[in-house]
Amino acid sequence: MSELMSKAQFPVFQVYKELVYLDNAATTQKPLKVLEDEENYYRECNANPLRGLYDLGVRSTEAYEDARETVRRFIGAESTQEIVFTRGATEGLNLIAYSWGRANILAGDEILIAISEHHSDLLPWQALAKEKGAVLKYLECDSRGEYTPDALKAALTPRTKLFAMAQVSNVLGRLNPVAEFARICRENGTLTVCDGAQSVPHMPVNVQELGVDFLVFSGHKLMAPMGIGVLYGRRELLNSMPPFHYGGEMIEYVTRDSATFAELPHKFEAGTVNAGGAVGLAAAIDYISEIGFDRIVSRERELTELAFSEMKQIPHVNIIGSEKASEHHGILTFTIDGVHPHDIAAIFDADGIAIRAGHHCAQPLHQYLGVQSTARLSLAFYNDEEDIRRFIGTLKTIRRRMGYDG
Amino acid sequence: MTDSFYGEVLADHNLHPLHRHDLPGATHVCKGLNPTCGDDIELHLDIRDGVIADGSFTGLGCAISQASADIMLDLIIGKTPEEAKHYTGLFRRMISGEITEDELEELEEAGALQNVSKMPARVKCALLSWNTMDKLLDQNRKGEE
Repeated sequence: MSELMSKAQFPVFQVYKELVYLDNAATTQKPLKVLEDEENYYRECNANPLRGLYDLGVRSTEAYEDARETVRRFIGAESTQEIVFTRGATEGLNLIAYSWGRANILAGDEILIAISEHHSDLLPWQALAKEKGAVLKYLECDSRGEYTPDALKAALTPRTKLFAMAQVSNVLGRLNPVAEFARICRENGTLTVCDGAQSVPHMPVNVQELGVDFLVFSGHKLMAPMGIGVLYGRRELLNSMPPFHYGGEMIEYVTRDSATFAELPHKFEAGTVNAGGAVGLAAAIDYISEIGFDRIVSRERELTELAFSEMKQIPHVNIIGSEKASEHHGILTFTIDGVHPHDIAAIFDADGIAIRAGHHCAQPLHQYLGVQSTARLSLAFYNDEEDIRRFIGTLKTIRRRMGYDG
Repeated sequence: MTDSFYGEVLADHNLHPLHRHDLPGATHVCKGLNPTCGDDIELHLDIRDGVIADGSFTGLGCAISQASADIMLDLIIGKTPEEAKHYTGLFRRMISGEITEDELEELEEAGALQNVSKMPARVKCALLSWNTMDKLLDQNRKGEE
């Protein structure tokens, strides 16, 4: 195991030595290297990027644009013009809906999204459809979370302008066949938006191999600071789109009545940018790349399998989604008969274990699966067998501690 | 049940709630929603001649929200809306950690929820039924005016 995968690299675990952190799909902890690089940006490179005509300003611009190049390489985009820094996946999806959506969606058009989408990949489309008189349609999965190409083909119509789907569901943990679906959509003249929030931090993702038109992800789920994220968009699409926010440093020339806008990607980055966050994101990407996804994937798979097989043996514990551990990708969402997920999380918390409870911002999926809310364990590479052992230890006691006999 | 996580009073009200049922004769119904977890409850009160003659709740929620609703109904059935409002005030003060010993005694079994004042993540759960009752009684008062 690489030393970089150890909790010793993450300062939070020195503050809370007994903490078992299993809420990584919500946000990950940050390695010291990321915190240091972000701090060093402010110590040594800070000026307002893209503006300063002096040495420090040049340095801040370089730090920011180098980070963009790091992201480009990481997701295999053709050009840094296709990499827009955002606050996170949510802002990226809103950008697409407001900018591309308002210019391209007409009354009667259809937007198709997967039923398992996070609210951030649902509400922008719902609002857009309402505003334009378009129709929002849902692609449904089976109870194991599987989506089939046939169902997609059946749901697409000549009016389907856009299809949105997460590569990995934040509830089911299932890896969706996005590359195949993007191909089917392209043949139908439908654009594909991929929410990579749960996939990009955990597996190699290449936007050209996926063949999607847009991909978004958040830095904070990838060991980077909060408040920085990425929108990838195909260059010709981004070029054709109007700006999202208007303001400083996204213009070429402004008169009293008109303006021409800056080149990509700055057209979409109005106002002072989050350069420290971008530097932190680049540090996180370098950190992950140094470990290597082969190691990360196999570590997270081992831990998922361990947790899954132990959970399966506990009476009254029900895992949501696939019956195969290999299809959960570090995310195990579950219920316990007779115990509300809030109480499950409270008992775990009392034992020093952080898990998530609720609807995980995916209410339509919960309604579809017929559960009101659920509890969720989600892994990162710094978790270890001891974390799983403690998680299982507490899980076994919960019904008894809620007053049941067994 | 000696190691019951929330204590026996709450465990008992959660597992065996007395007031968790429909109330066909209710004069007032009000929905309460906890948006953080998507839980919703429905509170039913039968208010006649200025007294809460009967009450019940339906819907799903965590042990704290369910027990809190059941205990609240124990306390307010047979009381006037004004008295019920008074208890809501006391309960809120308890949850925010500002209650006196005497006031705590007035709350009877609801005092079992005092520890929620040390569980900030669960305050909304404990208050759900009380806030819902408040809303219902405000509507009732407006209706009378």
